[in-house]
Amino acid sequence: MNIVVLLKQTPDTESVIRIAPDGQSIVTQDLKWIINPYDEFAVEAALRLKEKHGGTVTIVSWGPQRVVESIRTALAMGADKGILLEDDALDGGDSLGVARALAAIVQGLQPDIVLCGSRAVDYDLAQRGPMVAELLGWPHLGLAVSLESDGSSVTIERPIEGGKVTLQATLPALVTMGGSHAVWNPRYASLPGIMKAKKKPLEMKKLADLGLSAEECGSQAAKIRIVSLEMPPERKPGRIIDDGLDTEGKAAALVKALHEEAKVI
Amino acid sequence: MADCVVSIAEFRSGNFRRVSFEVASEARKVADALNLPLYGIAVGSGVSDKAVELGYYGVDKVFVADDPALEHYVPEIYVPVVASLIEQWNPAAVLLPASVDGKDLSARLAARLQTGLAQDCIQVVCEDGVIKAKRPIFAGKCLAWCEWAEGALPMISCRPNVMDCKAADATRQAQVEKVTATLPESRSRALGVELDTTGKVELTEAEIIVSGGRGMKAAENFAILEALAKELGAAVGASRAAVDAGWRPHSDQVGQTGKVVNPNLYIAVGISGAIQHLAGMGSSKYIVAINKDPEAPIFTKADYGIVEDLFKFIPAFTEEVRKLKSTC
Ligand SMILES: Cc1cc2nc3c(=O)[nH]c(=O)nc-3n(C[C@H](O)[C@H](O)[C@H](O)COP(=O)(O)OP(=O)(O)OC[C@H]3O[C@@H](n4cnc5c(N)ncnc54)[C@H](O)[C@@H]3O)c2cc1C
Repeated sequence: MNIVVLLKQTPDTESVIRIAPDGQSIVTQDLKWIINPYDEFAVEAALRLKEKHGGTVTIVSWGPQRVVESIRTALAMGADKGILLEDDALDGGDSLGVARALAAIVQGLQPDIVLCGSRAVDYDLAQRGPMVAELLGWPHLGLAVSLESDGSSVTIERPIEGGKVTLQATLPALVTMGGSHAVWNPRYASLPGIMKAKKKPLEMKKLADLGLSAEECGSQAAKIRIVSLEMPPERKPGRIIDDGLDTEGKAAALVKALHEEAKVI
Repeated sequence: MADCVVSIAEFRSGNFRRVSFEVASEARKVADALNLPLYGIAVGSGVSDKAVELGYYGVDKVFVADDPALEHYVPEIYVPVVASLIEQWNPAAVLLPASVDGKDLSARLAARLQTGLAQDCIQVVCEDGVIKAKRPIFAGKCLAWCEWAEGALPMISCRPNVMDCKAADATRQAQVEKVTATLPESRSRALGVELDTTGKVELTEAEIIVSGGRGMKAAENFAILEALAKELGAAVGASRAAVDAGWRPHSDQVGQTGKVVNPNLYIAVGISGAIQHLAGMGSSKYIVAINKDPEAPIFTKADYGIVEDLFKFIPAFTEEVRKLKSTC
């Protein structure tokens, strides 16, 4: 089974986010970069599929040179090869522009299945997977918390509000990953894995290699853009309820505060 | 010139989900600002009988695709049905729920209609004919205002539980038009649905959440939080530490890699307040922290803090809530 993982590099989840002087972007200098956690689940799911069905796992990513590091991490986990689309012409592009480029790469690879995170923890757009699937004319199944395949179809469980749905698609299909670290438990890159990863193929691509241009994927093509950023209102530290009260006294004081001051119970 | 604003409703198990009415109310405001009619789209099985309800919240005309094959949301089937309607019009904006299904539908729909999507918005404004939408990024650590390129259709999914919902006005009747949807050939399908019938409140829609962390020490100890939640009519959430330990299902995880929640009241019990957890619940209206460590970072974000052993405090607190409920 030939598997593609669409992988995005995002700032570490510990990051403190600061607005850049342009007011439209965030300060990226001091950030530590990681594989988007949901995409890491996708790498894990892909490796499990490969273990069962054989084949290859190709990591496809986009962004600047630093993204190579995340691709190498996925290769060290066990993926076979990587492709990085690095093109300044993508700067200022929107999700649809990036999706066009990713769909073109997938088309060239003709995989049986494409996996990616249901969302990225940076811009939280939750649209990469569905958009790529739509552009390919493929089915997509979203928010998988389990994934089974017999080689010709794929079945997932999708949590919805107040329950879950089981969905199935015939391959080729795209699946986006939901769940948590506890569900997917992504493996660590082993030391031998890290050594091997250095020798695995990593291809660099430009939009032109895909037969695409800046007009189709870059800022000119963008239908939507961020015009300004603001910080959420700062939370003032509140009050510790103590006043030398015992446990019952504090409980009563808290109930009183929530009922009379905050009026939330 | 645009001819309408569109609001897409979500229908499940015989009823519109509440967020559908929030979206209709918000779309009504946009339609009024632009002096345009509001069209509703209702897709599902058995949705015809309920379609008129969308009128109570400001929809002028509802287009209904009612078919047993539309019982469950399957993107490959829903998207062409919804898109074929929108493509007949020239809308100024399309609004829909940022629910689990809505986020998926909106993304695929935006690609089909070749436009930009502002996902999971918390505010929509329309000034001098220009639509802008505000959405949290980095799980709420920052907020972004989005605007569309000239000629692009603004597509906006609205976060549940955040936007105001009009009071239902049952005298306001929407015109209902049934459409015969040609269902596309599809390679995907829903095999089955399991709905939770215990009446559990969904985290993303809850007014009050009681969350437990590593301080809970064991799965069975969550019984004391369940008891408190029952008194308060609250949902129960968890930190990643509690989920990773296997004490709670992953669907309960609140945080940057869990659910982002917006309750009126969030009670964090035995949770230290790591940045990834704060990212998921930091926009709660009121935060209460219960922790035995006075230095726990959660106290810097909490409106009310209690420094106590949770195993002593939660039962006492539950008892006080019970007393309050019995007096009012
Ligand atoms: C990529 C990534 C993603 C992550 N995503 C999330 C996420 O989505 N959500 C999330 O929550 N975390 C997330 N985390 C984890 C996060 O960094 C913290 O590890 C986690 O939130 C800690 O959970 P906790 O507060 O329950 O546990 P701890 O930090 O261990 O805190 C337990 C607290 O309980 C208190 N306590 C102990 N016993 C008692 C008692 N008897 N009475 C009262 N108080 C007591 C302690 O004083 C302590 O403050 C993520 C981490 C990474 C790296």
